Amino acid sequence: MSAQPESYVTPDGRTIGGVMMEMKNITLRFGGVVAIKDISFDIREGEIRAIIGPNGAGKSSMLNIISGFYVPQEGEVWFNGARRAPLRPYEVAGQGIARTFQNIALFEGMSVLDNIMTGRLTHMKSGLFSQALWYGKAAREEHENREVVEKIIDFLEIQNIRKTPVGRLPYGLKKRVELGRALAAEPKLLLLDEPMAGMNVEEKEDMSRFILDVNDEYGTTIALIEHDMGVVMDLSDRVVVMDYGKKIGDGPPEEVRTSQAVIDAYLGVSHD
Amino acid sequence: MPDQLLYGIEAAVNGLMAGVLYALVALGFVLIFKSSGIFNYAQGVFALFSALTLVGIMEGQVPFAHLINSIFGTEVHHFGWHVPAVLAIAFTVLVMVGLAILVERYILRHLVNQPDIILFMATIGLAYFMEGFGDLMWGSDIKTLDIGIPQGGSFWIEENTAWLGGEGFYGFFIDRLDIVAACVAAVLVVGLTLFSQYTKQGRALRAVADDHQAALSVGISLRFIWVLVWSIAGVVALVAGIMWGSKSGVQFSLSLIALKALPVLMLGGFTSIPGAIVGGLIIGMGEKLFEFAIGAPFLGGATENWFAYVLALLFLVFRPQGLFGEKIIERV
Repeated sequence: MSAQPESYVTPDGRTIGGVMMEMKNITLRFGGVVAIKDISFDIREGEIRAIIGPNGAGKSSMLNIISGFYVPQEGEVWFNGARRAPLRPYEVAGQGIARTFQNIALFEGMSVLDNIMTGRLTHMKSGLFSQALWYGKAAREEHENREVVEKIIDFLEIQNIRKTPVGRLPYGLKKRVELGRALAAEPKLLLLDEPMAGMNVEEKEDMSRFILDVNDEYGTTIALIEHDMGVVMDLSDRVVVMDYGKKIGDGPPEEVRTSQAVIDAYLGVSHD
Repeated sequence: MPDQLLYGIEAAVNGLMAGVLYALVALGFVLIFKSSGIFNYAQGVFALFSALTLVGIMEGQVPFAHLINSIFGTEVHHFGWHVPAVLAIAFTVLVMVGLAILVERYILRHLVNQPDIILFMATIGLAYFMEGFGDLMWGSDIKTLDIGIPQGGSFWIEENTAWLGGEGFYGFFIDRLDIVAACVAAVLVVGLTLFSQYTKQGRALRAVADDHQAALSVGISLRFIWVLVWSIAGVVALVAGIMWGSKSGVQFSLSLIALKALPVLMLGGFTSIPGAIVGGLIIGMGEKLFEFAIGAPFLGGATENWFAYVLALLFLVFRPQGLFGEKIIERV
């Protein structure tokens, strides 16, 4: 990566900045099972970074490390130029890293609006007592945050379901609401764990459009896990390829696609 | 109006008032169940413990007096001062918050992601521990609690309703304590509902209740929310403890009012704050009316002991989530 310039402009005119997040020699074990073995890669400001690989390659585990749900046994996580101490997931969220989950984790009993409002929690600073009394600052804050949320609802084209309890929504819309909640945090880094899993072609196109728009309009850095190779090739600036917990490829999509190791991992090759 | 009807109305009104007290206890259960999915068996003991602490502070009792005396051979029992009720209540609230912090630190934190039944078992343990601890701290004798809430029948209501009936009717008898309890409960419920619907902590609280993982990902600290919820439940327990304690003395049996909250919860739903209130009112009024109309004349009385449970069972058959419980949405 040192070969690449400090910042550059992509063919479609977006500016990719310096390194925002760097994973150095990460190893993660569950008991005796090694989920991730000595992986290093970085995420640059403003880029869409994809992590791909067959099932069980350790992609979700990697995302869970970035978002603080797992703490690796070895290796360092660097964020914004400083080494990050092991943090709890809610502290990571407070640093401006938002995420979605592979198996949608929404608040099923709450409305779409309330769900997305929870994404604003890290931006709401008024204290418990001012909140409880609902005076001055707390009330103003609620209105300001409500405006941000309404913009996101417009952006994701879900105005007609804003009052619907999330539990009633079909799968594709749930995925969209979950993206909305992550966006509400106005994150510096957005982590998407298989945002298009289980979607039909049309839904995939919608989601791809939203992801590109978020990146383009707000300059949000995005790291995503995806199985659909076509989608990955279209969306991402750079791709990390994982297989059995190891990194087997890293680079621009067209370069990765032609790599022999990647083709072997995806098509299967006898290892003896 | 015929006197019999008037007595029926009186029974219903008194039932409603008793129902408010049931509802207060049920409210504590709902709060914790809603936010952490834990059925807190210790809620009744919390009410007892908070009432004991309140009396102890007001009377200037030395905590752990028996323990201190038996170890050091001293004879201390009281500090010799009396603390005004308002101040004592404030101190007791602090004690309940402290208790919430300890519960989170030493119980909940170690049981994250355990099955619900394990957490339930832990609260049973907590209940028995608190029961013994309360005794050790404040002694096991029956105490009277008087923080200045008016008690006894309201003459004003009696005088102004006497004209409704004939010669033998002296007006409705309604305990003033019950009226105060009803007002306090109303304020508490409105306050808590507004808090959970319209504030960020309230939203966080509902979020935690719904999905722990998702809550973490949007930056909610589970520990803070748990401490908050258990503190609120502790304060609700204190209010219930004050009302019940003023009515019938602060003693061990206070912790058994928790059993009365069970049918209320089945009726109102384990997850609904308004449900706890309406459930309490229905149970309170239902059991008094049943006793008055059917129990006493035909069944030899004492139906109040079991009526609530029968009613709750009927509800379980026809509406398992309770009157106001969240509808179970299951997409297949």
